Order: sequence, then structure tokens, then C-alpha cells
Amino acid sequence: MAERANTTLNGRDPRRSRRILFWSLALLLLGTMTLPMTGYLVTGVNSVEAAAQQDSSSNPRSEFWRAIRGSESGVTQVKGQETDVLIQNGGQNWREIRQGPLTTYGAIALGVVILLIVIFQAVVGKAKLETRTGRTVTRWSMVDRILHWYVAILFIILAITGMATLYGREVLIPLMGKEGFAAFAAFAKPVHNYLSLFFTAGVTIMLVKWITQNIPNSSDIKWILSGGGYFDGVHRPAGFVNGGEKMWFWILFWGSVAMVGSGIFLLFPNLDWTRETMQLANIIHGISSLALIAGSIGHIYLGTIGNEGTLEGMITGEVDEAWAKQHHGLWLDEVKGAAPEVSGGAARPSPAAPEK
Amino acid sequence: MARMKFLCDAERCIECNGCVTACKNEHEVPWGVNRRRVVTLDDGVPGERSISVACMHCSDAPCAAVCPVDCFYTTDDGIVLHDKDLCIGCGYCFYACPFGAPQYPQKEAFGVRGKMDKCTFCAGGPEEDGSQAEFEKYGRNRISEGKLPLCAEMCSTKALLGGDGDMVADIYRERVLKRSSRPQTWGWGVAYKADS
Repeated sequence: MAERANTTLNGRDPRRSRRILFWSLALLLLGTMTLPMTGYLVTGVNSVEAAAQQDSSSNPRSEFWRAIRGSESGVTQVKGQETDVLIQNGGQNWREIRQGPLTTYGAIALGVVILLIVIFQAVVGKAKLETRTGRTVTRWSMVDRILHWYVAILFIILAITGMATLYGREVLIPLMGKEGFAAFAAFAKPVHNYLSLFFTAGVTIMLVKWITQNIPNSSDIKWILSGGGYFDGVHRPAGFVNGGEKMWFWILFWGSVAMVGSGIFLLFPNLDWTRETMQLANIIHGISSLALIAGSIGHIYLGTIGNEGTLEGMITGEVDEAWAKQHHGLWLDEVKGAAPEVSGGAARPSPAAPEK
Repeated sequence: MARMKFLCDAERCIECNGCVTACKNEHEVPWGVNRRRVVTLDDGVPGERSISVACMHCSDAPCAAVCPVDCFYTTDDGIVLHDKDLCIGCGYCFYACPFGAPQYPQKEAFGVRGKMDKCTFCAGGPEEDGSQAEFEKYGRNRISEGKLPLCAEMCSTKALLGGDGDMVADIYRERVLKRSSRPQTWGWGVAYKADS
């Protein structure tokens, strides 16, 4: 009622005036918010036009310098390898990979393998040869043994000299000093380069000679799925070469293909391989070599401490029948069944013969 | 302390190869080794440019980072030098270097390269300054005599500048302003990441 009285007093409707006030305020607010944005509309249209103009006429000089930055080549009077290239960018990538993941993960891989072996030896221990029969069967011929040790010794020398090149700066320089390590490296480099030829010949003959007996079959899958009997102590029957040995063979096979293949590039700079080729070859050589070194550490453990009676097979060529029964049952059956006189020693049964 | 840098003004280089010759003569560099070279781009067409290039003495030198025997060192003037007594000629610095600076006296089968040789900014090596042993291994040590690199000193068009980075940049900036061109500090973006 009081409002009504007010209305009559001023002669105006206060509700109407409040409505006008509200809407004019709202309009003012909307205007202050939207009007400055018209600027964006103007620049937006302009920039679209500008972009269209830029597309048709980009700065040729900036393109020129950008191309040089991207390994573009020119002309030079100086003779030599890639002298016509001003900036090559592959080197930076090579540096980042070599100094980064290659050395880091390589070292981790080697450490993990050694750690796993220590844990395995502590927890499970070696596969013992409980009783010896005293009777032996011929496992490795003289040729096989010579091949194995020839490749093995060269592999170890090449691994030490190669790892000195990759890790020497971090590991050996603090121990030997720069002069001492440089003297060693100056000797290790030619040793690595020249012995690699003899290693290549040996590993090629060895892999070719042993390839037929390493073709996987169904008994290998069962062997591998059971973990090689290392954890439950029950050895699944295996032929002359068991699943684990075949796995190592094929790791060695493909690892050697990559390692030897990339090594050939690195060995012959006189053939003018581009820097890009050498960078790639060096990385492949590093990865494959480290993988094989890690694998060989496992192989050495399993062949010596890990399995009693294995090493004598590769040294004397003869293994105890109990060992053969434990690790290569199918092979022993074959030897016994095929030719009883074999236990005396001359011939080795064909590994390619079908297993029972 | 000065921070030594090279700068080649591509608007001025006329590809006379005087810098290459001066370097070879001053340091009595053997056959097949060229510490400096001139590269011409777009040769024979409008917009042709020539650039003289050698070791740029990088701040974070890739050669030093990958060297297996750690034979590189940087002087107080920012010059990257190496010790030929330690070098085993593995070729890694050549793979890593963006500018193709490292050179080898040999290139034979079984990775035989000899000791690496490269531009020393006319600052010799680890041997005693100005000694005969230093000259035979690394060439003249002009820096120890208070002189700048000969390649830049004798450049006929003063395209190649070598010296303290700030002074080189000042001279170049003045030129760019005078001719109202765009600055093109060639190679500096690659070589001097940390301190330019």
C-alpha cells in the first residue's frame, strides 16, 4: 500500500523505472563486453588475408638458410668426403643415442643379466649331476670344440676391446688415467679391427655347421615352456640340442648378422661411406654387440657353474651318460639305439635324425 | 675473457679460397688435410652464396662429447683443441661434428685413419707454446703471439671474421645496419647454443 502511495506521489510507476534501469544496465554491460571484441574481427580478417599473401611469396633468403641447416650440399674446391655439405645434422642424433640410451640401457642390460645369475645361483643353485655312471658318450667332435673355443676366445677379446671404446671413458679413464687409457685404446682399436676378420670367418663356419641341428621342433617348445627344468628340477626330454641352447643359437645367429654386417661398414672408411651410414652402423653394432655380450654371460654361466658336467663336454668332447640322460634324454636314446658302439667314441649321430 | 668465434659474412665471401691456402701454408698441413674449406651454394645461379667453414669451436662440442679417449679440451678463450698423443683415430669426432671439421691424414681399410687434425683457431695444442713439437703436430700458435687466425686476418674482402665473439658481432651488426640487410650469423645457432 505504501508503494501505491509513492506512485501517486511522483506520478510515475516505480516498477517501470526499475525495469528501465535494469535493462539499460544490462545493455551497457553487454556493450562494454562485446564492443572491444570487434577488434578481433578486424585483425582476424586481416590476418587471413596476410596468410594468403605469405603463401604466395615466402622469403627466398630464409628458405636458403633453412636448406643449409638441413644438410643441403653445395660446391667446393676442397676434395674429400662430404666436403660440399656445410652442416650435417645426423651427428647430433648419433651423439644423443650413443651417449644416451645405448650406453645407459646397455649397461643396465649387462647389470641385470649378472644380477639375475647371482640371484638364480643363490636361490635355485646349479643343476647337480647326482650320480655318474662312469660311461661316457661323445658329444662334441674335435672340430666342433676347436670351432667353439676359437670363436669364444675371439668373442671375449673383441667384447673387451669394443666395450673399452664405449665405456672406457667413464670406467677406465678414472682408473688408468687419460694417458694410460689412450695407450691401451690405441692398441685395442687395431686389435679389434684386425681380429674381427678372424672372428667373422669362425662364427660364420660355426653357425653354418650347427644350423641343421638347431632347427626348432615340438619338444623344444615343451622344454622352453617348462623353463628348462631349472625351476622344478624336472628335465623335459630334449634331443642333441635343447630348447634353451637353440634359443641361444638363434640369438647368436641374428646378433652376428647385425654385428658383423654393421662392423664391415665401420671397418672400411676407405670405401667412403657417408657419415649417416657410419652413424647408423655404429648404433646397430653397439646394440647387437651388447645384446650378444649379455647373452654370452648367461651362456657362460649355464655352461660352467650352472649345469654340472656340461663344460667337460666342450673340453674333452665326452659327457657322462648320466648327464646325457638328465639333459638330453632323447639324444641318449638315439645314441644307444642307433649304435651301441658309439659310446666308445668315434661317430656322433646325425642330429637331424628324427627323434623318438 | 674473450670468447673466440668465427663468422663468415656470406654477402662478402667471393670464394677466392685464400683462407684455405693461407691455413695450409701457415700450418704446413699435409696433403689431403684441409682444416678450412669454402662451400658455394646455388653455384652459377642468382642468389649464389659462398661460405668459408672450419671448426667453429662449439660451446658444447659434439666431438669432445663422443671422443672415447677424451682428448679434447676447451681453452679459456673458448677454443676447442685436442691432444694428438691421446687420439686413436677412431673417426667418431667426424661422425659427430656438424661442420665436417675433423680431418684424417689417412683413410684405409681396417679403420686406419691416423691422428685427427683440425682447425686450432691458430692456437696450437697442449705442447709448450711456440715449440717445434707443437708446430709439427698442430701448426703455428698465433694466439700465444697475440695474433688472430690467419685465415680471417688475410681475407681479402674481410668476409671471414675471427676473434672475440662480442667484437665480431659488433662489426657484423654495423655492416648489417649500413646495408640494411638481414643478419645471418651463419652456423652460430648450431655452434654456440649456450653462450650466444
